[in-house]
Amino acid sequence: MSTEAVNDRQNDVVVRIDGLHKSFGQLEVVRGVDLEVRRGEVVVIFGRSGSGKSTVLRCVNFIEDPTKGSIEVAGIRLAGGHRTRRKQDQIRRLRLHVGMVFQQFNLFPNMSVLENVTCAARCANRGTDAQITQRGKDLLDRVGLAEKSSEHPIRLSGGQQQRVAIARALCMEPDVMLFDEPTSALDPELTGEVLSVMRTLSTELHMTMMIVTHEMGFAREVADRMAFFHQGRILEEAPPSELIGSPRHPETRAFLDAVL
Amino acid sequence: MSDAWERVQLASANVPFRLKTGVVWVVLFLLLAFVGNAAGFDLPWIRDNFRYILGGLRYTMFIAICGIVLAVVMALLGALARISRNPVAYGVAGFYVSFFRGTPLIVQMFLLYLALPPVGRNLMASYAWLPEGFDEAFVLDAATAGILALGLNYGAYMTEIFRAGIQSVAGGQGEAADALGMTYGQKMRKVVLPQALRVIIPPTGNEFIAMMKDTALVSFLGVTVASAEVFRRSQLVGKADFKNLEAYVAAALVYWGLTVAFTVFQTRLERRIGRGYDRAHVARAMRVQANQASHTVRAEP
Repeated sequence: MSTEAVNDRQNDVVVRIDGLHKSFGQLEVVRGVDLEVRRGEVVVIFGRSGSGKSTVLRCVNFIEDPTKGSIEVAGIRLAGGHRTRRKQDQIRRLRLHVGMVFQQFNLFPNMSVLENVTCAARCANRGTDAQITQRGKDLLDRVGLAEKSSEHPIRLSGGQQQRVAIARALCMEPDVMLFDEPTSALDPELTGEVLSVMRTLSTELHMTMMIVTHEMGFAREVADRMAFFHQGRILEEAPPSELIGSPRHPETRAFLDAVL
Repeated sequence: MSDAWERVQLASANVPFRLKTGVVWVVLFLLLAFVGNAAGFDLPWIRDNFRYILGGLRYTMFIAICGIVLAVVMALLGALARISRNPVAYGVAGFYVSFFRGTPLIVQMFLLYLALPPVGRNLMASYAWLPEGFDEAFVLDAATAGILALGLNYGAYMTEIFRAGIQSVAGGQGEAADALGMTYGQKMRKVVLPQALRVIIPPTGNEFIAMMKDTALVSFLGVTVASAEVFRRSQLVGKADFKNLEAYVAAALVYWGLTVAFTVFQTRLERRIGRGYDRAHVARAMRVQANQASHTVRAEP
């Protein structure tokens, strides 16, 4: 492969959000968001609660249906609207390219840790049983929980549960990982272990990531780009040094002053 | 209040509560025995006929088990339809639940047993193109009609139990399954239903206990003597010997014993299902593990 081709692949866009609007009844939560995430890029989304940042993330894999605008992931472009059988299938195929980590972990309590990690891959026929089990074990090893594979999630701490949730999403070999406030439900002393796993995803796997978080220190360290959400729009978008160092909007400055 | 009464109360406070309730039960039984004896209760007759009445248990259980299996299937389908956005499924399920909850079980039994055959006959007479034997499909024997009515009726009630159970599974669970690209069927089978089962099983057990008793209604459809269930048998022998008191007491005891036995079984089952979710149990298991770990550490030189 020529250098240009490699460059091209590295620059290609994994997620393209185009004119996204989302309303819940009368309430318009997202009012026109455009965002592109390139392969290997880490984009941190931050802002006040209610600014629409989580909603945008949930629209990317159609946990919420966009009211207006479109989402493109790994070349699959979809808009909101009524879910016909065909649309449902397209959404499912799009989701196979997207991994998601939730604030509340949402591990399946009826399965062991290893089953949690591997069940979706099995459902989607991603290789033989042995291959999938091996991949699950490798991933648990990567998040430092290899010895917990036969435990049930309820016996793990919050930080451990969230690391399992990350392994579970990775097992589908997604093109992009979405993190919806992954450390907000954790005790302060447990956030570190989750953040360090996320850090290695970026440095070792060059995983494309969209992260909604209030951890500004972590954001400054791993983000290639940060987007400040305000009232359903991206008010400001820049590399962290620029955005945290010298924010252009007074709103951004006020928020950063409050959280830093 | 007199001093003597207070002394009784204080003395009673030291007797365990369970012992006291036990004594109450014994007294009640003795009272019943006394009344029965005074009424000329014919114990030898019961001894002679109890085996025959008890023999009806296998038919009672057969009807109840078939009925509950059908009810569970209907309830699962009904519940999935009630939570779906498909108007046909939702409408059909709504009609089903409304009709079978809105009419008496005994009416439903007679509808299936006596009102269906003329439907078959009349259809056969009106439409010549219907295949041979079409009308016979509408003629059900008493046990089949009874099982169908019980299953459909209880299924309608249990639809709500199943729906509530499925909806009790946290919303995040379904979202997580969706986000992992699972299909609807995979999500339900692997994630939602196993968790809903924990909520569904206890009330389903109650429905089963209620159904075991409602099997007695099948006898009104007129079951042949050879394959009669408990109530029908006691009716037959009681009428023949003019021993109604003894016969129905015997039937009542059989049903009572059955439900008591099943209640004990159900309590055990519930305790087992709760295990994976019970934090106390988990904590206990972790303590055991920690003890083992500390032992191994100490055992090492």
